[in-house]
Amino acid sequence: MTTLTGTALADVARAQALTTVPATGALKLSWLLLALPLFGAVVLLVGGRRTDRWGHLLGCVLPVGAFVYGVIAFFTLLGDTSREQDQHLYTYILVGHFQANVSLLIDPLSICFVLLITGVGSLIIIYSVGYMAHDPGRRRFFGYLNLFVASMLLLVLADNYLVLYVGWEGVGLASYLLIGFWQDRNSAAVAAKKAFVVNRIGDAGLTLAIFLMFSEFGTVSFSGVFHQVPAGGNGVATALGFLLLLGACGKSAQVPLQSWLLDAMEGPTPVSALIHAATMVTAGVYLLVRSNAILAVSEDARIAIAVVGTVTLLFGGIIASAKDDIKKSLAGSTMSQIGYMTLGAGLGPEGYVFAIALLLAHGFYKAGLFLGAGSVIHAMDDEQNMRKFGGLARFLPITQVTFGLAYLAIIGIPPFSGFFAKDPIIEGDFTEHGTGGWILGICALIGAGLTAFYMTRMMLMTWYGKRRWAADAHPHESPAVMTWPMVILAIGSVGAGGFLIINDRLTKFLAPVVGVPPVSHGFLSTAGIVTLVLALAGVALGWVMYGRVPVPEVAPHGNPLVVAARKDLYGDTFNESVLMRPGQWGTRLSVYFDNRGVDGLVNSLAALIGGTSGRWRRLQTGFVRSYALSMFFGAAVLVALLLAVRL
Amino acid sequence: MSPVHYVALSVILFVIGGVGVLVRRNAIVVFMCIELMLNACNLAFVAFASLHGNLDGQVIAFFVMVVAAAEVVVGLAILMAIYRARRSASVDDANLLKY
Repeated sequence: MTTLTGTALADVARAQALTTVPATGALKLSWLLLALPLFGAVVLLVGGRRTDRWGHLLGCVLPVGAFVYGVIAFFTLLGDTSREQDQHLYTYILVGHFQANVSLLIDPLSICFVLLITGVGSLIIIYSVGYMAHDPGRRRFFGYLNLFVASMLLLVLADNYLVLYVGWEGVGLASYLLIGFWQDRNSAAVAAKKAFVVNRIGDAGLTLAIFLMFSEFGTVSFSGVFHQVPAGGNGVATALGFLLLLGACGKSAQVPLQSWLLDAMEGPTPVSALIHAATMVTAGVYLLVRSNAILAVSEDARIAIAVVGTVTLLFGGIIASAKDDIKKSLAGSTMSQIGYMTLGAGLGPEGYVFAIALLLAHGFYKAGLFLGAGSVIHAMDDEQNMRKFGGLARFLPITQVTFGLAYLAIIGIPPFSGFFAKDPIIEGDFTEHGTGGWILGICALIGAGLTAFYMTRMMLMTWYGKRRWAADAHPHESPAVMTWPMVILAIGSVGAGGFLIINDRLTKFLAPVVGVPPVSHGFLSTAGIVTLVLALAGVALGWVMYGRVPVPEVAPHGNPLVVAARKDLYGDTFNESVLMRPGQWGTRLSVYFDNRGVDGLVNSLAALIGGTSGRWRRLQTGFVRSYALSMFFGAAVLVALLLAVRL
Repeated sequence: MSPVHYVALSVILFVIGGVGVLVRRNAIVVFMCIELMLNACNLAFVAFASLHGNLDGQVIAFFVMVVAAAEVVVGLAILMAIYRARRSASVDDANLLKY
């Protein structure tokens, strides 16, 4: 492959962005992608209890239908000469020269996401039929899931930032509704609120970015913005990059807006799998990769993105290593893996493709892990503490095998998915961003070791060793409607990474959108070997700590790092002491000022006037003679004054 | 002709009327005192008119008389109404309109 400079790549991207053509053939029906799940959401949420009996079936069929259409669209796009097709639906806003269209952009990047969302989404929704079988709110649950799928598809199919923002908020709403699905639990309601509030901070970043695009370029469409951004100068691009990064941090739970994701595990497990692992939390990565033309202009923004990703991948890995709750440990792992994707996006053209490859592979194996965890939780009567598991391998054989395959994929053992997708990102660190890149690369290597350690810990604590179950636990394998999705996801975990990376399939496919990486990666490079060695070391350490010796049922005290990690590395404490408390003081101060200052001034003025007039009122005695006397007196004074003036 | 005596008489009558208005409680007497004050003014007007040799003061005296007569009609009517309502002609008893 030839080496291209950043500006040359931007030129290529710009030239290709101009080649967008109106959709033809089967792609003209792309509105079906949105309409099918949206129809499901409306029927299930508006239809009410009448739809209880068959609601979940409708909720499955429609996303599967969207997936089937997605596959058709994918092959249509593969066979077409133009890889970027735009389906105009209607004009949303038309004011003067400003026009915002509701148009669906079907290009290699968005079709990847469409397949991930509808494919993995359909599997998880089918799994939910079994998982939520006994829940009285199952119909509502499927309604929300359909709403989520529709919003997420709108997010990735939008051809401008404004419509993307509509989808962005839609998935935030669906996430809020699903985290708080069990509304009767206070913890779920609080977690939902927290997720919503933290996401708003990120959303503010995206909003400001859109404002800035409008004021600088007068357009918010992808093609318009990307066309003008090289001429807009470095400053604008850097500002846009940072604002988009803030938006991505909120949605993708990156430091410093990471605190909501761990609490989001209050939602039902399929929600954690679909929204908080496979799809929604990757929207930030999508946003960054989609905006690659902006990042191409600003190196500072790329460095910031890489740093945020690196910090998060360590942060999440450390938290995941200490949590005993299986879902929270997986949530920490999700943060860490998305950290890798963000890091990949921060590497520029070197990393975009691999960020997306990791994102797709992660969609499979992390969804598989979450569904496996859900199957275990289901079998153990809603127990989530791994210290109460142990020795489950014999009782849930299918779950154990699928979980194990996803495990091998996430820690990056060749030839499973994670190896192909993650190694190029780690290797890319050492070539980008100079000396700083080495620091990032070493951190990413440590993160790979951490990943292997916490996943080994999870495997050993859940499946092997002595049984530490509650006295009344009767673990049993889940029904077929739950195991089949896990099996299919396990196949994806095994093969997805290799399929995408070998022969540069994904690289060639995505080239029109994100450009081509400057250097081609061979397999088992130096960094790859070091990664593998560190991963094996992590596995060994995990075995020494949790396999060789029995796992205590009550968590031991642990060293300060473990204590900190159990408390999410003091993320909440930090937010509380730095942001929440000063905010509360601020409100109290302004309330005090309002009561005592503003109200005090007004009230005392009124009291002064009221009191004075109360006293003066006493002059009105009602006696005619006193009025007469005052008239006489006044007349006398007048006469005296007249005389005095005259003389 | 010197107006001093007329004016002095006018002042004496005015002061008597004024003191009567201020100190008496019977509404009829207060009324009469007001009339006394008006007539004291009339006397002064007429005296000065005679001094200056024109008719302005005398005309004004007639105006005052007409106004006083009209005032007496209205005032006595009010007085009658109050007396019927409260069986008293004291001005201090009619003190409801106050703070």
